[in-house]
Amino acid sequence: MDYLKVFITKSRIKSPWLLHFDCGSCNGCDIEVLACLTPVYDIERFGIINVGNPKHADLFLVTGTVNHRNKKVLANLVAQMPDPKVVVALGSCGLTGGVFREAYNVIGGVDKVVPVDVYVPGCPPKPEAIIDGVVTGLEKFARKKDDRP
Amino acid sequence: MRGVILVIIGVVAAPLLGGLIAGVDRRLTAWFQSRYGPPVWQPFFDVAKLFAKERLLVNTWQVFCAYIYITAAMLSVVLFFLQSDLLLILFVQAVGAIFLVIGAFSTTSPFSQVGANRELIQILTYEPLIVLVFVGIYLATGSFKISEVYSHTSPLLKSLPLLYIVLCYALTIKLRKSPFDFSTSHHAHQELVKGFLTEYSGPYLALVEIGHWYEVVLILGLCSLFWATSWTGIIVLVGLTYLCEILIDNVMARMTWRWMLGSVWTMGLSMSFVNLIWLHGG
Repeated sequence: MDYLKVFITKSRIKSPWLLHFDCGSCNGCDIEVLACLTPVYDIERFGIINVGNPKHADLFLVTGTVNHRNKKVLANLVAQMPDPKVVVALGSCGLTGGVFREAYNVIGGVDKVVPVDVYVPGCPPKPEAIIDGVVTGLEKFARKKDDRP
Repeated sequence: MRGVILVIIGVVAAPLLGGLIAGVDRRLTAWFQSRYGPPVWQPFFDVAKLFAKERLLVNTWQVFCAYIYITAAMLSVVLFFLQSDLLLILFVQAVGAIFLVIGAFSTTSPFSQVGANRELIQILTYEPLIVLVFVGIYLATGSFKISEVYSHTSPLLKSLPLLYIVLCYALTIKLRKSPFDFSTSHHAHQELVKGFLTEYSGPYLALVEIGHWYEVVLILGLCSLFWATSWTGIIVLVGLTYLCEILIDNVMARMTWRWMLGSVWTMGLSMSFVNLIWLHGG
């Protein structure tokens, strides 16, 4: 059974499916996320697929500030992802609220609403930094407990 | 004894082969798009990861439908390896395909519903064509039995060239390759979210994926019937056919179901009838 566990841990590192959510970002971070999928960076070589469905996702990339409108959407998306899952907050806004943190409608960073595993700073972060953040998240993802009953 | 060995080969080797084909497919597609692409073993990593995910269910029907789908797909491959009746294989495979759609219909998600509708139309499009191909095989060999087809002395491709093209249409639809990848897609993971697979998740998505590998092996097996006289012929024909599928997938845009129904039935039915008349007359 140990061999099976090792294989599953390896599979998790090798096959993270990624869901990307723009939580009120200026699209700067989102363009950098999508740049990772182009032939230049080609993150599919690590088995990463950009899925549009939270039920198939393992990694959740969130960009932008959280406000009172979209906090429910953010919490809902995280709730729809089956365990084990990893949340990665991207960019200054996703980390703390960035330049918008003082605005009356802004709650702050992503971690005010859902637990965050990896923080990737930058305004916007470079694709290399995003890939680095995702790889850090993968190590956490592989170590997460198997929550299957 | 030989039957037991063939059953074991069908159950164990078919998904391994199907997964490997899917991996090579992804690698070649990446190469066509000037990317590096994932390792050839990627589909196995995906499935292992999905099996270890949490079970997130919308309703219990989905579980039932996923199991029926993989059982039907497995059974049809086993029947193929036992060289059984072609029509029986078709019906067993169709039961699985329909149950997969019923599982998608059992949820309230609009993406799942629209995807299921489109998948039903895809099934409606390819099933009559496959029946016509089998009728052609019957007229050429005098039997629906696969064992009879394998004992036929000359390659079927010589007498049924147009019906082979018709089978390739069905293969493209069944593999969900462009231009027929609108019920769900391997590449564009944003098309209708994930079409009729939207609500299948975790271990059940893994079951559906393994069932799909069985079906790929089954359809490639049907292609192999057309040059069943030698192993070289089988390997060359199936390899070339699958390469063409990958090429078509990469150069074609996604079309609508109306276009698919119109063009595939027009082309498929006319080619089938020309071939059948030619076979009858010659």
